Amino acid sequence: MSDQIQNLTDATFDEVIGSADKPVVVDFWADWCGPCKQIAPILEEFATEQSERFTIAKLDVDANVAIATKYAVMSIPTLLIFKDGQVVGRLVGAKPKGAMLSEITAVL
Amino acid sequence: MTHTQVLIIGSGPAGLTAAIYAARAQLAPIVIEGEPSSTTDQPGGQLMLTTDIENFPGFPEGITGPELMGNMRAQAERFGADLRVTKVQKLDLSRRPFTAWLTDDIEPSITADSVIVATGARSLMLNVPGEERLFSKGISVCATCDGFFFRGQDIAVVGGGDSALEEATFLTRFANTVTLIHRRDSLRASKIMQERALANPKIQFAWNSQVKEVHGEEKVSGVEVVDTVTGETRMIDVTGVFIAIGHVPNTTVVDGQVDLHENNYVATGPGTYTSIEGVFAAGDIQDHHYRQAITSAGSGCMAAIDAERWLESQS
Repeated sequence: MSDQIQNLTDATFDEVIGSADKPVVVDFWADWCGPCKQIAPILEEFATEQSERFTIAKLDVDANVAIATKYAVMSIPTLLIFKDGQVVGRLVGAKPKGAMLSEITAVL
Repeated sequence: MTHTQVLIIGSGPAGLTAAIYAARAQLAPIVIEGEPSSTTDQPGGQLMLTTDIENFPGFPEGITGPELMGNMRAQAERFGADLRVTKVQKLDLSRRPFTAWLTDDIEPSITADSVIVATGARSLMLNVPGEERLFSKGISVCATCDGFFFRGQDIAVVGGGDSALEEATFLTRFANTVTLIHRRDSLRASKIMQERALANPKIQFAWNSQVKEVHGEEKVSGVEVVDTVTGETRMIDVTGVFIAIGHVPNTTVVDGQVDLHENNYVATGPGTYTSIEGVFAAGDIQDHHYRQAITSAGSGCMAAIDAERWLESQS
């Protein structure tokens, strides 16, 4: 995985999201989820191509149930977009790269 | 504009097996894999939404769907198939070479001497009130993606075939109970799947029940069903609904061009020949009967061999 993608946990989530100076797109994923694997390379590309606009972080829902529950994630992959510590957007399900980017940038 | 001898559309077992064979025959196929999606057709096909595959020969301990498809993809790539994560939005089969428009193309960007259509099938939805509103808020078509979030809850699976029973059995790992809602009084699933489900104490059955509406505002709170015998309606209190009622073939790109059966599956024969010379079809788009990973892979192999011999006959 790219160095530019941070792995969040229940313990680190609030601090990282709260102190981010750019919007953060958090990918809620798990190892057993096929569609999550499909979008993983797209998120890697965003991490480099879009680094000026937003950062990418990942949260493994299997190991971090508390944060997944707090944000009512019931389907993965789910991308939550945080701006100034607040959720400003939610994308559910795997989608083509262009569609994901326009949905993300629409809420930035 | 890129020209190829063989354009393969789809990247499930049929498309990737066709790619392996066509690549090994030095035909340098281009494979249009599809675009990521959790609900419709997608790279890797329907197996990307499954867990353990226990009936694919050669894997005595079973293998997961995404792993199997990853392996097939790597094998196709190893022999030089050109795999692209994009979608065919339009296909012109009226003259040769055939032309294809990919996502975002204004002009066609690929021409092909032959085409293997292997776009598969996708899940049917219920088309009842509440379904659209509550999709991904308790309604799902992917038990392996979303089952985890229903730990300790009472949930339902709609359907009566192999995939419904497989999902129900899988979901008992997480759920408190799984109610199988089926509109008939018997299952059409295979014997082994039926026995497994009937013996599972967490699985209950709602026979002769047709879903009328899914209830809930922010989340699913229940499913309203009609008894197909008595006509009475009743509520089943569940917080999750997994839909596995069958499939429709993904025929959009060939619609109105190749002959289809009455049920909309692509008509093939002899072998994988369609009604248009030089166009072949493999996998679930032309198979409403067997619909297995192995039969799909087998027909992909047939399509590659048919295409190879047809190309030879043209030169």
